[in-house]
Amino acid sequence: MERDVAVLGVGQTKFGSHPDKTLPELFAEAFFEAFDSSNIELRDIEAIYFGNFVGEITDGAANLGGFIADEIGLRGIPAYRFEGACASSSVAFRDAYLAVKHGIYDCVLVGGAEKLYSAGTPIGTRALATALDSAYEVNSGLTFPGVFALIARLYAKTYDIPLEKLREKIAHVSVKNHKYGAMNPKAQFYNKFGDLKVEDVLNSRMICSPLTLFDCCPMTDGASAVIIATADFAKDRIDEPIYVRGAGQSSAGSLFRQKWDVVKALPRKRSAEMAYREAGMTPKDIDVAFVHDCFTIAEVIATEAMGFFEYGKGADAVEEGLTWADGEIPVNPDGGLIGKGHPVGATGTAQIYSAVKLLRGELDFIKIDAETAITDTLGGDFGTLVNVILSVHRR
Amino acid sequence: MFKDFFSALMEGKLIGVKCKDCEEITCPPKSTCNNCGSRNLERIELSGKGKVVSYTATYVAPLGYDGEVPYVVAIVELDEGAWIVGRLDVDAEKADKEDLIGKRVEVYGKEFPTEQFYPDKQRRVVPMFRIVE
Ligand SMILES: [Zn+2]
Repeated sequence: MERDVAVLGVGQTKFGSHPDKTLPELFAEAFFEAFDSSNIELRDIEAIYFGNFVGEITDGAANLGGFIADEIGLRGIPAYRFEGACASSSVAFRDAYLAVKHGIYDCVLVGGAEKLYSAGTPIGTRALATALDSAYEVNSGLTFPGVFALIARLYAKTYDIPLEKLREKIAHVSVKNHKYGAMNPKAQFYNKFGDLKVEDVLNSRMICSPLTLFDCCPMTDGASAVIIATADFAKDRIDEPIYVRGAGQSSAGSLFRQKWDVVKALPRKRSAEMAYREAGMTPKDIDVAFVHDCFTIAEVIATEAMGFFEYGKGADAVEEGLTWADGEIPVNPDGGLIGKGHPVGATGTAQIYSAVKLLRGELDFIKIDAETAITDTLGGDFGTLVNVILSVHRR
Repeated sequence: MFKDFFSALMEGKLIGVKCKDCEEITCPPKSTCNNCGSRNLERIELSGKGKVVSYTATYVAPLGYDGEVPYVVAIVELDEGAWIVGRLDVDAEKADKEDLIGKRVEVYGKEFPTEQFYPDKQRRVVPMFRIVE
């Protein structure tokens, strides 16, 4: 028997630098915020779905399920660690959602934690590169900014946009997301870069041409947590359950094996369509989107693959303001990965944190009239894709 | 399997597999056809010629690659249709100044010191792309 599923409390640490905490300690902070706003007993939580990408490399820490459970006072219950690169906690969320939907559990904890800022840029960059093809891509020194730099050039050629013109257009993603990130007290760049200009993005340090420092999201320490349960369980405990209406997931291999599909982000199209189908919705039903803007160009192709804009029109859309908070489809009004930060394993459930808070009207720094939101998390070079649709309406 | 690919590359041979069901050429080799998933494959040698489809001059490298910056990572579409990742042997400045997309290249192998996370613990071979026009 399928049950409706809802989100209760959500939690997120401040994103940025947390060298003084272990991964379980950092996660506990996000969990306490989620738990304290869920009106449940600790014993209601039947399992933990925890996302982490590279704890082995940054903190010498694996087998994190048990350590997380023990840290938050839940020793004994099943606790899983999920790894799907930047989509780790979104994969965890989807599996948790399926378990509740299909009657395995009634109430579970989902979340993630990562400490990439504290690891430093050289180790962080190498750790992130483990999400690429280890034998055939990393050997050339390909990095994540490199992957999206390659995609930016493919995009420019495919849609016949001069590269310099494209750089200007996608710079608006950074300007937009830094504007909202600077307003978000939990963002890594709170009160910073709120007045960034297109020229600042173009003239900042080149990382992987044509992408500069401001085209990239930062390295981040942070954690996020979400408690989900059956809709019936949730509505007995809190006033505003946010309903999980659909979730999609898809996979792919190395960038070079996907050929031209990467420009159209076909794995994302597949994942988003799975989520829309389950929700009985189309992109037109979505009021706000939290998408994986690990790089400026990444947000542009995400908005196309998710069906908000035609292929080749996403870069124009951000330049024309269509994805700003007052636009046709607001994208990343919490700052996104670029303005808020990207603690990889915590990013997916942090998107859900922002979506749920926004739908409840609890994001104090920004108000958008929205009833339905979608999240979009990308792991690797399209290796793992997850989309989740959330709504104030149960059906 | 990946070691055979790089050993052959160091001997000047680019190897792949051809699907006996759909004719697709998969390079570097994979356990199944990159187009149809078939296991009905035969090992072949490719021409080693192709053209640049995208590239990026890399200025910030991962741990273990820091001594090599700046370097130019590229994707080449081989004449047989497969795409492979390697390095263009042009300097970063030239790569950023000119549009090298579409340039004809030849592939060869170059050995670099391995690093702690690379799966080959003896050496790291990089496919290099020499511009031929
Ligand atoms: Zn085939």
